[in-house]
Amino acid sequence: MARKTLIAALFAALALGGLQAPAFARTTQAEFRPVPGGFGFEQPIFGRFDQASLQRGYKVYAEVCSACHSMNLMYYRNLCQPNGPFFDPKHPNPNDAPVCKAIASSIKVPDVDQDTGDPTTRPATPADHFLNPYPNKIAAAAGNGGAAPPDLSVMARAREGGPLYIYNILTGYTDAPAALTVPDGKYYNPYFPGDVSSAWSGPKDKVPPGGFIAMPLQLVPGRVTFDDGTPSTAEQEAKDVATFLAWAAEPKQTERKEAGMAVMIYLLLLAGVLYGSYRTIWRNVGH
Amino acid sequence: MSGHPPSTYEPKTGIERWLDTRLPIVRLAADLMDFPTPKNLNYWWTFGGILAVCLVTQIVTGVILAMHYVPNADMAFNSVEHIMRDVNYGWLIRYIHANGASMFFLAVYIHMARGMYYGSYKAPREVLWLLGCVIYLLMMATAFMGYVLPWGQMSFAGAVVITNLFSAFDQVIPGLGTAITTWLWGGFAVGGATLNRFFSLHYLMPFMIAGVVVLHIWALHVPGNNNPIGVEVKSKEDTLPFHPYYTVKDGFAIVVFFILFAWFVFFAPEALGHVDNQVMANPLVTPAHIVPEWYFLPFYAILRSIPQKLFGVLAMFGAIAVLFVLPWIDTSKVRSMRYRPTARIFFLMFVAAAIGLGWCGGKEPDDMVITMGHTATGDPTGFSVVWFSRILALYYFGYFAILFFLGLREHPLPVPANISTPVLGGAAMPAGSAAQAEKKG
Repeated sequence: MARKTLIAALFAALALGGLQAPAFARTTQAEFRPVPGGFGFEQPIFGRFDQASLQRGYKVYAEVCSACHSMNLMYYRNLCQPNGPFFDPKHPNPNDAPVCKAIASSIKVPDVDQDTGDPTTRPATPADHFLNPYPNKIAAAAGNGGAAPPDLSVMARAREGGPLYIYNILTGYTDAPAALTVPDGKYYNPYFPGDVSSAWSGPKDKVPPGGFIAMPLQLVPGRVTFDDGTPSTAEQEAKDVATFLAWAAEPKQTERKEAGMAVMIYLLLLAGVLYGSYRTIWRNVGH
Repeated sequence: MSGHPPSTYEPKTGIERWLDTRLPIVRLAADLMDFPTPKNLNYWWTFGGILAVCLVTQIVTGVILAMHYVPNADMAFNSVEHIMRDVNYGWLIRYIHANGASMFFLAVYIHMARGMYYGSYKAPREVLWLLGCVIYLLMMATAFMGYVLPWGQMSFAGAVVITNLFSAFDQVIPGLGTAITTWLWGGFAVGGATLNRFFSLHYLMPFMIAGVVVLHIWALHVPGNNNPIGVEVKSKEDTLPFHPYYTVKDGFAIVVFFILFAWFVFFAPEALGHVDNQVMANPLVTPAHIVPEWYFLPFYAILRSIPQKLFGVLAMFGAIAVLFVLPWIDTSKVRSMRYRPTARIFFLMFVAAAIGLGWCGGKEPDDMVITMGHTATGDPTGFSVVWFSRILALYYFGYFAILFFLGLREHPLPVPANISTPVLGGAAMPAGSAAQAEKKG
């Protein structure tokens, strides 16, 4: 009875609902261009981070991104932990690694004076968070035309496409088409998911993909000088910082894949042993 | 009727005799291991054991996660990342727990489909089936609340959408739905109070599931297992002791299942997740495309296929509720669809409809299944996802009506007299498999 009522209700609802489907704005985005050479670390089983690329990527972050973007989940010690950008087997404890101590001590972090209680600053230690460029979110928004720069700690996991998205955003700035009115303090980027149809005066079926981003173009050739002599093209800078952010979004990725290999081998062997046991135990059963 | 035979356990030591007259727990375990089980169970029957392992895995990893997780709206997201980054093997425990939910649902759907195909819900196993439905319902509630705990954007949006379903009851009694949602939220919006109570309930419900699982196994051990031919056990020749025959077979299946599980955990841990949930919950920003986890997609598609909210909610819950009355809807005298060729076709279409609904649930309602043209603004027109899901939802419910009428009219194939000599079944199982096993063994 309940079932019949339900089905009747379904039919009634279908009849009443009719055909009207709501039209709503859709975000669009240009199709990503591949990164030159690819992101080898994305291979699910054997992909590993290129340590030189991670080091270059950290430099891009430190010299460019960190002026506006926080990475609140990262500590300076992370840079020297196994599979990190500056890991050195001679210093397995990242808190004791000279590179991380040097990186940290060059940065002044806010603290409280232990004698007076007044706010003060001191050189960071490897145990400190990456310095947040703004004291709070309001200051971050006020300093950037109302749009607080997002925290980059997990950015490479928080957007469709991950590192490829980051690469495309950073290298994808183009001049806006003539029929597109770009708002003040914003920039057109075809890879930034958005809907620009309200700012478009051209043909309605030719609305360009992408959106308006508050961040201006950052990575230009020579913006960062790489210590290893790698030519600092905009593409190289973007690829390296995307690699660094991918590592920062999941610093245990290499441990995960390595453990996975061991687990898979163990499970396959165990499955073989159990299948043999199964065949042996069941050999006299007609089933 | 099968069920537990007289106990053959004999306490051998003084301590065992002493315990056996006070709490015969060793006898219980021995009898469970000895339980006569039909000898023709196929691999579809291993999913019960797989599910037991899934539940234990979720509880063990969940208890450890709870040691490090902070159920506070300001700290939950970062505490989960703290687990991933700073807790020893925290990434492993969290990835097992998150993917374990998906594996649990994968296994439970196969387990349910097996029950539906082989008629395991039919007399005398109705209570066994009902308890299974209760477990499934508890699983859905637990999984939903667990998904909220990382307090990402999709966690938040999911909590808002699902709890707001109850506001549809405002259309029945004005104010009722609002009262329910306020009560669920612990406030006037999804917020810190909601997160905290969801954490509490997410910790409680797995133990409720474990309790119902005990009843489920008890209800299994009264009539005994169904089997692929759906004919009751007639004699001792039809059965084997559970141990070692089914412990080893289930054990093998569990390890094979673990290989799939481990693939996701180690090589694709976020393949089943959503990128928006890597962004901390922000009530002021709504994700462009709200989707639940894959295991809820078919129900989500049913919900969205009906424009009127109350009917949509009723249809969605009805899709689960109808499972509870399945034993009384199916009128067929024959259990196994192995001997019901017509029913088999309708069943396979039902599985296809459920998967199709899942596909629809992951798409936008206005997406096109078949594009036929374009509007002036360039949007495609044609056969839309919402209409496709309407047709599939009709079949989903229609299947149960079909089962009712089909059982009254169909002409099933001849059913074997018993498990040991299924000569009439033909396709039931290869004769002489014992000899083959010896040759290969």
